[in-house]
Amino acid sequence: MIATELELKQAQKEYSSCLARERVRILVCAGTGCIANGAMRIYEELARLAAASGDLVDIDLLLEDEAREGNAVVKTGCRGLCAAGPLVHVEPAGVLYTHVKPEDAAEILQATLDGRVVERLVYRDPASGQPYPRPEAAPFYRRQRRQVLERCGAIDPERIEEYIALGGYQPLAKALREMTPEQVCQEVLASGLRGRGGAGFPTGKKWEFARLQPGEAKYVVCNGDEGDPGAFMNRSLMEGDPHRVLEGMIIAGYAIGASQGVFYIRAEYPLAVRRIRTAIAQAEEKGLLGDNILGSGFSFRASVKEGAGAFVCGEETALLASAEGGRGMPRPKPPFPAVSGLYSCPTVINNVETLGNVAAIIQNGAQWFRNLGTEKSAGTKTFALTGKVRNTGLVEVPMGCTLREMVFDIGGGTPGDKRLKAVQIGGPSGGCLPEAMLDLPLDYDTLQAKGAMVGSGGLVVIDEDNCIVEVARFFMQFIQNESCGKCVACREGTKQMLALLQKIVDGKATIEDLDLLEEVALVVRDASLCGLGKTAANPVLSTLRYFREEYLAHVEGRTCPAGVCAAFRHYAIDPDKCKGCGRCARACPAGAITGELKKPYAIDQSKCAHCGACMDTCRFGAVEER
Amino acid sequence: MAGYVTIDGIQVPIEGQRNLLEMVRQAGIDLPTFCYHSELSIYGACRMCVVEDARGQVISSCSTPPADGMAIRTNTPRLMHIRRMMLELYLANHCRDCTTCAKNGSCKLQELCARFGVDRVRFPAREQTEPLDLSTPGIVRDNNKCILCGDCVRVCSEVQGIGAIGFAYRGAQARVTPAYNRSLGEVDCVTCGQCVAVCPTAALTVRSEIDRVWAALRNPRKRVVVQTAPAVRVAIGEAFGLEPGAISTGQMVGALRRLGFARVFDTSFGADLTTIEETHEFVQRLQRGERLPQFTSCCPAWVKMAEQYYPEKLGQLSTCRSPQQMFGSVLKKYYAPQEGIDPTDLFVVSVMPCTAKKFEAQRPEFAEGGTRDVDAVLTTQELARMIKAAGIVFSELEEDSYDTPFGLATGAGVIYGSSGGVATAVAREANLVLTGKRITDLALEPAPGRPGVMQAELEIGGRTVRVAVVSGLGNTRRLLADMDEGKVAYDIVEVMACPGGCAGGGGQPLPNETAQRKARARGLRAADKRQQLRFAQDNILVKELYSRWLGEPNGPAAHHALHTSYGHRRRIAGPDEAATRQPSLQVKVCVGTSCYLRGARDVLRRLSEEIEKLGVEATVDLQGAFCLERCDRGPNVVINGQEFNRVREDDVPELLRRALAAAPRQHAPAPAAEGGERLAERQ
Amino acid sequence: MLVTVECILARHGYRRSDLIAMLQEIQEAYHYLPEEALNYLATALDISPATVFGVATFYAQFSLDPKGKYLVRVCDGTACHVKNSRRIYDRLAKKLKLREGRVTTADGLFTLETVACLGACGIAPVMVINDTVYPQMTPEAAEAIIDGLMQRQAEPGPESAPVGERNG
Repeated sequence: MIATELELKQAQKEYSSCLARERVRILVCAGTGCIANGAMRIYEELARLAAASGDLVDIDLLLEDEAREGNAVVKTGCRGLCAAGPLVHVEPAGVLYTHVKPEDAAEILQATLDGRVVERLVYRDPASGQPYPRPEAAPFYRRQRRQVLERCGAIDPERIEEYIALGGYQPLAKALREMTPEQVCQEVLASGLRGRGGAGFPTGKKWEFARLQPGEAKYVVCNGDEGDPGAFMNRSLMEGDPHRVLEGMIIAGYAIGASQGVFYIRAEYPLAVRRIRTAIAQAEEKGLLGDNILGSGFSFRASVKEGAGAFVCGEETALLASAEGGRGMPRPKPPFPAVSGLYSCPTVINNVETLGNVAAIIQNGAQWFRNLGTEKSAGTKTFALTGKVRNTGLVEVPMGCTLREMVFDIGGGTPGDKRLKAVQIGGPSGGCLPEAMLDLPLDYDTLQAKGAMVGSGGLVVIDEDNCIVEVARFFMQFIQNESCGKCVACREGTKQMLALLQKIVDGKATIEDLDLLEEVALVVRDASLCGLGKTAANPVLSTLRYFREEYLAHVEGRTCPAGVCAAFRHYAIDPDKCKGCGRCARACPAGAITGELKKPYAIDQSKCAHCGACMDTCRFGAVEER
Repeated sequence: MAGYVTIDGIQVPIEGQRNLLEMVRQAGIDLPTFCYHSELSIYGACRMCVVEDARGQVISSCSTPPADGMAIRTNTPRLMHIRRMMLELYLANHCRDCTTCAKNGSCKLQELCARFGVDRVRFPAREQTEPLDLSTPGIVRDNNKCILCGDCVRVCSEVQGIGAIGFAYRGAQARVTPAYNRSLGEVDCVTCGQCVAVCPTAALTVRSEIDRVWAALRNPRKRVVVQTAPAVRVAIGEAFGLEPGAISTGQMVGALRRLGFARVFDTSFGADLTTIEETHEFVQRLQRGERLPQFTSCCPAWVKMAEQYYPEKLGQLSTCRSPQQMFGSVLKKYYAPQEGIDPTDLFVVSVMPCTAKKFEAQRPEFAEGGTRDVDAVLTTQELARMIKAAGIVFSELEEDSYDTPFGLATGAGVIYGSSGGVATAVAREANLVLTGKRITDLALEPAPGRPGVMQAELEIGGRTVRVAVVSGLGNTRRLLADMDEGKVAYDIVEVMACPGGCAGGGGQPLPNETAQRKARARGLRAADKRQQLRFAQDNILVKELYSRWLGEPNGPAAHHALHTSYGHRRRIAGPDEAATRQPSLQVKVCVGTSCYLRGARDVLRRLSEEIEKLGVEATVDLQGAFCLERCDRGPNVVINGQEFNRVREDDVPELLRRALAAAPRQHAPAPAAEGGERLAERQ
Repeated sequence: MLVTVECILARHGYRRSDLIAMLQEIQEAYHYLPEEALNYLATALDISPATVFGVATFYAQFSLDPKGKYLVRVCDGTACHVKNSRRIYDRLAKKLKLREGRVTTADGLFTLETVACLGACGIAPVMVINDTVYPQMTPEAAEAIIDGLMQRQAEPGPESAPVGERNG
């Protein structure tokens, strides 16, 4: 139980001295991605071996016995290099091992204890093949400034002791001791922190609105409904450093005068839900949640609500409707949630990453935050870099970093000899920017002017083998599935846009269809009730703006330049190569292939579904694409 | 909040308007909407009322409160384009066969498309695949024509407090439906028709009986007579260009005669009967101090609601039939033999403002011997259509009068059409019966803190009689909750399902909003005041009926002809929990609404605990079950087919022990439960 | 069953705002949302059955039809999609003979669905069966896993899936 700031500082001393008594610390990444690749077996094996050698310690043992020393094997959060997992990191050497298997555990343990490095497992930059035992030097990490993610991969997220050991909850103590709620709002405003969920609204301003509202009951809601396909920044932060987000929430509560906080986390993130629940329980146990926190008179409680599979619940008013137990349908704004939100009380809704930044701002001051980033977009931002790029993973860079740096310096460029075609930013609500715009800085205002948006931070790299029209269609299908159906603009508008895009991809569209598509897109953007609808047209509008030729190729040229859209593909069987085995006929879902055994088979073009299954199945290369 | 909003360059003062839309309309600009309704919560989904603010943002005016200094434009090219595109998108998903649609000429979607000059739909037409929902006698649901404005959902939930219909699924699959995609007749819809009153398209319309009535009129073997409800005469004119509330009784009668009805009677005659019967019933209850407060029973939607949700109050419902049904009974049982007509050859039509009356007329209690007392019910809307189809020019009709003997009605009968009318009539009558004095008006005042409720106190013979009048079922539920909690008490309560009373019934002409309802009520009050006779017992023809046929008011003959009884209804059709095993003891606890509210949950829980304590999980199959329809005796428990009523949590251990003791002798008849009276009560 | 629902209600204090959590617990217990359970919730929370139905049908997670013993979800988020997750889905649909909108096999063993982004994009394409995440899938690998589960059904054994790891 930590009842005062003094006790917090004492606890920090105690816990950090415990950690100092770890001779080596082997950190096994236990994020969702690495776990799926077998990280738990690696962890269990390492722990077993360390225990067998008699020197395994954990924080409990170290706390019990002040003299105790030993080796620690710890499960930790996401380091961001999911494609290279399972990842194992060793301290104090600072070496990162990739693609680890359970069989490697013994070797890693022994090498670490001996002060050696296991060369074959060391992280190698995918582009150059060069090994980087100290990953900070690698191209992937070199340009990053991991602030919000600083502890992800360094601590056991399920032990509050480790969080406190590294100075956790001191920012909260500082705020409670020497700042008024108004001053907290001012500091956050001065820092220039803008909402990291996508809208980019100044956080301090939102807090101040809510602070000024009358009323006994106010709420802080953490929006953990990260639904953008291709985005996993919030997941990683919640899994890897849950206390950081929790502390941010408590500070927010103090700033606006709320005594209740709710984490709304999507059900598809069960590990994040568990970690946040554990963090809350541990904070309660230590008295950092509950009544009279650190003797300040301020009380705060937090709870978790799970989503149930609706992307629209990432929109703040829809989230509130869902948190109140109803259908996740957005409400018109005004009134804004800061005035009338959860249960009609003043509510601040902040993204996970926004809250993740708060504690450090309070600790280090607004100016510190402004040291990175641009004037209007201060600080750092996490991005999920995926798609056709060598280094896929979780990245944190100062705002203002250019797309080129992101894709080429950090991302290592596109694999193969493929030409970069576009970068899709901000998920399905974002836009596609072409290669010509790669020198644009990643900040809120620049991107918005170009018809894109930072969004939540998803970055998907697209190369010449992707059809941009198909990409637009894919996103529109996602939006259509997730539209709540309340307002006609989005419900019907996205349905018609999807139908038109499908027509284009199927090779049946006319130029009038293209004009109609653009017309509908503009109206949907203007007339929709909520952010989902308003940005639903972005995939269409941005691709039409920058890739019109590719659309025209489909509509007028009757071809798909990337060779993706099946309707433009034509399959035929070369009778000279065909052995008459019949495999293709069996694989054909449309029953379009006929023939007799040992004689050449033929494809009935009128029945052909252009799926390519025959070509995939043929062992003799007899099916050709023309 | 003071100040101005600049609308299209004109400064309009802020004077308590709730949103920009109200201000815009006051400024003389008719912004279109589908989903906005002044009595319902703001929805903001139809995107028709959009305006542009000073920054060029497009916002819905219905959801934005006015603020001093705001400047908006209502009619920029962008807004025009948006409205047309929205309409085009609505049409993309809508049936376009207006010519064969029930709302042809009165459909809001049609109106706005014409207004905005939508002359093409560039999207492929959707396939109409859903069958019509014809499961209730009063309402037709055509989901193919729904534009998802949500007005019906909100009126049923917010105003009527029932929520029989709601939104389900999402996105392009979103639809408005009763639970589990059932039909309206399978769920707790009470057919009040308020959804019909607010639906802008033909998704919800009145179920027409016009063809049946034409067929009867043309059938030489049938004598077709018609009775008209009070609320019709102040609304029928609206279909012919008259103002709501204009009293067009005479022309209405004339039109009916031209249509071929052999006799035209006034339901208000039946209302006078109802007043007399109900007054005597009430006086008797007052004197005996039993079954109070009395609830009126002339509203069939309220009756169905009581049967579904408040079965314990069924004993307090007046046993009187409604004026429509009393009249039908008189016509079939008295008038027909008097006229020498076989009752099966007498075809009784009633013209009502109400969709629930169609449901009421079909109740089996009102079809003794297989012949319905009221054979067909036409709503005001349907009568108007018949008149137009027959080519009758309403405004040129000579005024005509009702036929004797059932055309004479007092003002007391006429005011039944508006909220407070029944209570006023009964109050007048009761006062006269008990004190010999005549009062004409009941001083009804709004009950403080209870919207939709009016109240009054009468001093009758040294006793204070407290009267309440409530309209709107949501208001009714709140009032009943307050009464149950003892916050307020009354002796007699008039309940009308439709806000404002029958004048706002689901079958009235559209628009059927507050303004029209108020005007119609005013018309009814005027009609009452025009009558010479204002007391039901002054109706000499009613008196004649009693002396010749009915005998004493509230007597046995009157009871047979003019009174009825009520039953219990499940709220939702569907499976009871199916038994999957055959253990030796099968215990079912009813968890329908009424039993639930009486503590069935505690009984269920306690049974679960006791079973665990005794370790007999293997031999006892404990289930919750839905609605055994013994609602006034709950909580109800059935053990191996034997029913136990009014079971309390404390009864459980004993009940279980005895049942277990009895259980092995499965094939012998279950022994009677001994001991306490409560445990022994069964059907 | 209603006894279970009653316990869930009691645990959540009969709060309407916890409706979604209650539905999740009911679905976890029965693998779908039975109509009787929804009616009971409506009565207990004093809301109309149509309202409960509306909430239950809004969210992708809920099913009013019984789901199979193995819930197979193939992720179709951006990263997985560009790595041809669709082919995995099609192969499994063919394998399980699911046609014309049917998502659950006749024997009630498998339900096949797509899911929008599980946030595991670094290991795309991803398939999840019940709680187990399978990384870097191919149509062949996915089919093999299904084969393994079918065989496991024929010979009863421990309940966990054979390949891949349970989430931490």
